Amino acid sequence: MIKLDRVTKVYPGGTEAVREASFEVEKGEICVLLGPSGCGKTTTMKMINLLIHITAGKIYIDGVDNTKIDEDELRRNIGYAIQDIGLFPHMTVRQNIETVPVLKGWTKAERAKRVETLLELVGMGSGEFIDKYPSELSGGQRQRVGVARALGADPPILLMDEPFGAIDPITRARLQDEFLKIQREIKKTVVFVTHDIHEAIKMGDKIALMNEGELVQYDTPANLLYRPKNGFVEKFVGADRALKGLQLIRVKEFMWGFPPTVKTDETAQAARQRMKREGINQMVVVGEGRKFLGWVEWADLEKGKMVSEIMKPSSDVATVDTVLNEALSIMLSTRLNNLAIVNEDNRLEGMLSFDAIRKALSETAQRGESE
Amino acid sequence: MIEAWQFVIRNPEQMVEWTLEHLWVTFIACSIAVILGVPLGIYITDKGKEQIADAVLYLAEITMTIPSLAIFGFLMFILAAIGLPSIGFTPAVIALIIYAQLPILRNTYVAIRQVDPAMIEAGKGMGMSERQLLFRVKLPLSVPVIMAGLRTAIVMTIAIATIAAVIGFGGLGQAIWWGIRGARMDLIIAGGVSVAILGLLTDIFLSRVQRWVTPKGLKEM
Amino acid sequence: MRRQVVLVSLIALCIGLTVWVTSMDRVGIMFPFTWEGMAKHAQRHLQLVFVAEIIAIAIGVPLGVLVTRPGFKKLAIPIIGGASAGQSVPSMAIVAIMVPLIGLGFRPAMVALIIWGVLPILRNSYAAINDINPAIIEAARGMGMTRGQIVRKIELPLALPVIMTGIRVSTVVLVGSATLAALVAGGGLGEIILVGVFVGEPLIILQGGAPAAAMAITMGFILERIERWMTPRGLRVKAEIS
Repeated sequence: MIKLDRVTKVYPGGTEAVREASFEVEKGEICVLLGPSGCGKTTTMKMINLLIHITAGKIYIDGVDNTKIDEDELRRNIGYAIQDIGLFPHMTVRQNIETVPVLKGWTKAERAKRVETLLELVGMGSGEFIDKYPSELSGGQRQRVGVARALGADPPILLMDEPFGAIDPITRARLQDEFLKIQREIKKTVVFVTHDIHEAIKMGDKIALMNEGELVQYDTPANLLYRPKNGFVEKFVGADRALKGLQLIRVKEFMWGFPPTVKTDETAQAARQRMKREGINQMVVVGEGRKFLGWVEWADLEKGKMVSEIMKPSSDVATVDTVLNEALSIMLSTRLNNLAIVNEDNRLEGMLSFDAIRKALSETAQRGESE
Repeated sequence: MIEAWQFVIRNPEQMVEWTLEHLWVTFIACSIAVILGVPLGIYITDKGKEQIADAVLYLAEITMTIPSLAIFGFLMFILAAIGLPSIGFTPAVIALIIYAQLPILRNTYVAIRQVDPAMIEAGKGMGMSERQLLFRVKLPLSVPVIMAGLRTAIVMTIAIATIAAVIGFGGLGQAIWWGIRGARMDLIIAGGVSVAILGLLTDIFLSRVQRWVTPKGLKEM
Repeated sequence: MRRQVVLVSLIALCIGLTVWVTSMDRVGIMFPFTWEGMAKHAQRHLQLVFVAEIIAIAIGVPLGVLVTRPGFKKLAIPIIGGASAGQSVPSMAIVAIMVPLIGLGFRPAMVALIIWGVLPILRNSYAAINDINPAIIEAARGMGMTRGQIVRKIELPLALPVIMTGIRVSTVVLVGSATLAALVAGGGLGEIILVGVFVGEPLIILQGGAPAAAMAITMGFILERIERWMTPRGLRVKAEIS
């Protein structure tokens, strides 16, 4: 979809911002341009929509040399999202989002429908935001509008320059999750610039790690973590790369599906037998329709007759799509050695143990090395 | 042009006297304006005085738009009514104090208001009293903005003092005024050019001072 | 509300004084100006201000915007720097210097007012365009707006309020400076003031000064309203610091 062929940028005055960068972004993939500030990642991205002109080399979009396309036309067909600061302060949310559709001459009805769809998509579809101005929105809402605006005319390609940069970590994590969810639906080809390794691992199908204008490694997040090409990559990825790798794995890969359970109206004796048979010292307690309620522990079995008396209620859960490092941090913050995995209706789908996480760690490390 | 130059050469004492008069009234008026304007500006930044502040600042803003000749007329009328000299130095200096006051007052207010609340918080956290907070945190941080106000005030005072020649105050405006009344081109040019140079030089000088009084940590670049 | 009280009482004071003096039989040794005389001078005053202001806008706005454009940026420092320095030259000096160059009458007064009026407009027009956050312009470019579209849809609406502030400041300053036009026989309310000065009669000075003050305050108010009306709603939330 996007192919860079030995792209070089030299600024007037001789600074070489990018040197012979070559890589290819597949259709529907998120490619993260990662690196320390001044490494040339933003320059590389801006050469794709020709906000910065290419000194040497070629960039092909769907096989077409991008310098052969009319610049304005090119940019109208490539979504562009930057930090919230880029919203037009004198335009409402609606006017901001329909900027490109207006440029492309869509009819009023088409535009109205599109704005509605997009606000719905970014979770602001209640209609209360559509006529507000950027200054009346929270930081997170502005970022969402920024994404919606970039998607304005449904471009096949999306360029995002630290779109979740100036925002608190909690909101940022939520926006990242939301964007990934949207991306599963819309399948755009995305080039995403960030300096944050965590964000890169979380968002990227591929990561292009740059340093001092050169592309150091272009690879999957797992390979970048476990098969660093040189010392720079290793250092940039950090000593805790094993932990970072947990971000790449979802709970469903390592959870225990259909674990043994016990119901509240069963006896402690029944629970004891089942736990002995399975060789576990904690067991999930479920209610009607396998709804997750809490845990029963081996040490507590003597304390009462019925499961309902000795059960420890809990609401700490994860879903099958939770990444392992988040699951791990939930487990560390409770006293439990296990985590219940539920669906949207709180119905039990599985159980995750510390042992499973340890196993995941060693397996992914091998996976990276064997590839 | 040549005549004007000849006038200056032949009457150096007169030119010096006019210039000194001009600078003197500027100095007096601006000093008093600082003494009045800065405390008033600080006073109206207190909590609970927002409405007073708004009215005072608005009054200041409007007063600046009033033509100076109108203010002179008004002052002459009042001074005559209470038996004080209604021409010359007295109405001139009063009018100049009023005008010079306004940018100083406004900038003091704005400067103190825009001190980062986090710094005030930090000062409080270290156990500073309100007084210490004002003298050690708020005022030092406000100096550059207050200084900018003073610069505006001084340049404006020089300009208005020129007009004050019309109501019998001396200064370099006197040359222009006499020149106009007596159809003496040399006087008009000598006065006009020297007052223009005075304004420009003062402004350049004050911009240096402004940079110099800015605390090192606040300087850009 | 409080602002309106301040505004209305000041205007009322000025108009009250004007009416009071004009309706007097005699002021000291002389007659006050008649209503017809007042009207004539006020009209001439407004004429000076409006003509000078329109020419000042016609020069200041395009020039201020021009020097923000790539290719003309080198001119920005001398032109804008010159304009700021020019504002430190007393208006009376500009009026005075016009006399030997052009002579006495309406024209030198007009030229002096145009020079004096163009400075704030030039500065604000330049600042208005120059201070627009570059990220906004880049976002617009990134979305495929043409140069013309960026000027029309982004730069102009964002710059207009600031340009308008320059026009307001300049107009108000001109109402005041136009009283000096009388010094070079340019007419206007300053002439009444000068008569008052010559005969040493403060009330006559007020008869010319008070309506000029009322004019300045009223115009400042009206133009501020226009300015607010021109400010896009999304920008009004921001606090103003001058």
